[in-house]
Amino acid sequence: MVNLTINNKPVSVREGITIFEAAKQNNILIPHFCYLEGVHQIGSCRICVVEVEGARSLQASCMVQVREGMKVHTNTSKVKKARKVLYELMLSDHPRDCLSCARNQNCEFQKLGELIQINEFRFEGEKSKISVDESSPSIVRDTSKCILCRRCVTICNQVQGVGVLNAQKRGFKTQIGPAEELPLNSVNCAFCGQCTTVCPVGALQEKDSIQTVWNALFDKNKRVVIQTAPAIRAALGEEFGYNPGTLVTGKMVTALRDMGFHDVFDTNFAADLTIIEEGHELLQRLINALTGDKTATLPMITSCSPGWIKYVEHTFPEELEHLSTCKSPHMMLGALVKSYYAKKIGVDPKDIFVVSVMPCTAKKFEITRPEMVNDGYPNVDAVLTTRELARMIKDAGIEFKELAGGKFDDPLGLSTGAADIFAATGGVMEAALRTVYEVVTGRELPFDKLHVTPIVGLSQIKTAELKIENPLPEYRFLDGVTVKIAVTSGLAGAKKLMTEVAGDNSPYHFIEVMGCPGGCISGGGQPRPTNNMVRKLRLEAIYKEDEGKELRKSHQNPFITKLYDDFLEKPLGHRSHELLHTHYVKRGI
Amino acid sequence: MMANQKGACECRQETEEQKYQRISRVIEEYKGREGSLIQILHMAQGIFGYLPLELQQFIAQKLDKPLSEIYGVTTFYSFFATKPRGENTIRVCLGTACYVRGGKKIIDRLQEILSIGVGETTGDGKFTLEVMRCIGACGLAPAITINDQVYKQVNPDKLQTIIEKYY
Repeated sequence: MVNLTINNKPVSVREGITIFEAAKQNNILIPHFCYLEGVHQIGSCRICVVEVEGARSLQASCMVQVREGMKVHTNTSKVKKARKVLYELMLSDHPRDCLSCARNQNCEFQKLGELIQINEFRFEGEKSKISVDESSPSIVRDTSKCILCRRCVTICNQVQGVGVLNAQKRGFKTQIGPAEELPLNSVNCAFCGQCTTVCPVGALQEKDSIQTVWNALFDKNKRVVIQTAPAIRAALGEEFGYNPGTLVTGKMVTALRDMGFHDVFDTNFAADLTIIEEGHELLQRLINALTGDKTATLPMITSCSPGWIKYVEHTFPEELEHLSTCKSPHMMLGALVKSYYAKKIGVDPKDIFVVSVMPCTAKKFEITRPEMVNDGYPNVDAVLTTRELARMIKDAGIEFKELAGGKFDDPLGLSTGAADIFAATGGVMEAALRTVYEVVTGRELPFDKLHVTPIVGLSQIKTAELKIENPLPEYRFLDGVTVKIAVTSGLAGAKKLMTEVAGDNSPYHFIEVMGCPGGCISGGGQPRPTNNMVRKLRLEAIYKEDEGKELRKSHQNPFITKLYDDFLEKPLGHRSHELLHTHYVKRGI
Repeated sequence: MMANQKGACECRQETEEQKYQRISRVIEEYKGREGSLIQILHMAQGIFGYLPLELQQFIAQKLDKPLSEIYGVTTFYSFFATKPRGENTIRVCLGTACYVRGGKKIIDRLQEILSIGVGETTGDGKFTLEVMRCIGACGLAPAITINDQVYKQVNPDKLQTIIEKYY
């Protein structure tokens, strides 16, 4: 323990922590700005400066560790003056167009201003160069709003290991962005959108699809179908003042119906379908490998996360054979809506507009891929992030908290618990194992509450082994085989596993990758802030949703069975291949 | 390649491929050493004359670093050039001592003589004009360098004569 005084109050704290943390533990919240606990502590904004007796200058409290006998003052005239000038200087190079900014009332810079209270703009002068990069279908960069905190740089480089964003040039000319002012759609950006979740201002945002969706809703000739990803229900509530981890599935469905969507479907249905298709694909690859087919490509890697897909297309273009050919669930659902469902309700697919609510910014890119078109119609017409949906609900004048619970529409709204956990890192793998293990052995997956505990949680790379014993006769060749699996979330972890794959020394049969740390529950389109505590609460909510369901294995979904009987015929069949599977593009860097 | 009979420097005749081989060897030697990026870029500029984007991409890949990081470094330090330089690089010191002793006037006069702005290269490829913040020759202020040669206590009227030496 270290003893020091903060504002003349003696405190005793753990060694190695920063002044900022020590103060926080003792109920003093030092005004701060660029700081992100445990992720970004580089003191770039200097807002958190404090006076330390004996030190020559003010110290950034998020950087300096506590020392024995230190005397810290967080609220002196000198500190307050410095903080105010720093804020005013940042503000002098900011557009101050808050009312026309998407981050209005939800901006950390604005919040800081509320606390610092300036009553005039003392510093007027030249503004740094403005560039708005709208080249990507997912993310908009507006450098005029950037205050150079570099959180996005840390996320993009250290957390995701992609490194598209870095500080370019120097001094007043400094800009955060790709090399040579290249637009985002011409570099190896995965469009994961993690940068948009940490940007404190409106410099990095999802590309807005709100008006497109309203226009569709106002068009009398359109049948507007909406689907929501499993992760939305565990996070949307945060936008309406609920604590993280509050499930709002029923209210969300009611809100969507009240807004005028004709059909409210659940991407979960297609998650169950993914398990059937992907599970069979895995079995097929295992059969091929075990029967001596040297072209069988293992490990097989999941393909639900479009940020991950774009990353691997750029970074490991020679390894695309490892990816499952399954489209991501919402694309499958879109394809089914415009074929199977259109026929069922007798509506021309050209009059159907499919909207997906996703926790993800990369999904906005995914729907523009030329592979995601069937019979000339895009599988999905628009993607809204969780944040955008919340803005639309508020705009529609819906009192979200007062809503009664509703239920998804049949038939594409029913799902099992296995589909819910698609939102969580490890979830797709667990859902697949629940089905594949049972198909092969005729027995239930041997884990408590069906949770494959070694692959649950927020560790970067999680692995497990599953030995197959006494399989059903048709799977006799799998007897005694130990299936090795790995799960990772976040692209830095993916890079480690892919380096093994590329070097032909990956020991695994099946790998799950989700592009964002923690999985879709903390995707790039989810409510701000997302930190590890929020991640844990959202994960718990997802597992609660799963455990609360009577049906918890994808192959138990009765509408899936019916879909195969009536339409698809069999997993990996001709129609499945046409509608539900895809291929990938070698992009390189 | 045939040996140069006069035994003069052959680097002008080096092919792109040979240059890339040379920088590859440099990268191999420095790779893994903390903080070696600037050294590598420095030597790359020595070999190629400047740091085109393709070269930065090449270095990024070899070092397993993102291009945006490399580019961030090359655009941070004014010593690095991302466009081809002229045959001779004139650097005018605008550090405090040189500035107060008339560095700015030297810049103005040079821009006039060469008809180019700071950071630009003359149409005949003869000169590139750059500004440095202190070259460590404050006692000789105002100072300029042309390539590796330092010119001390320069005044605007001397500049024409100095430049003519390079034609």
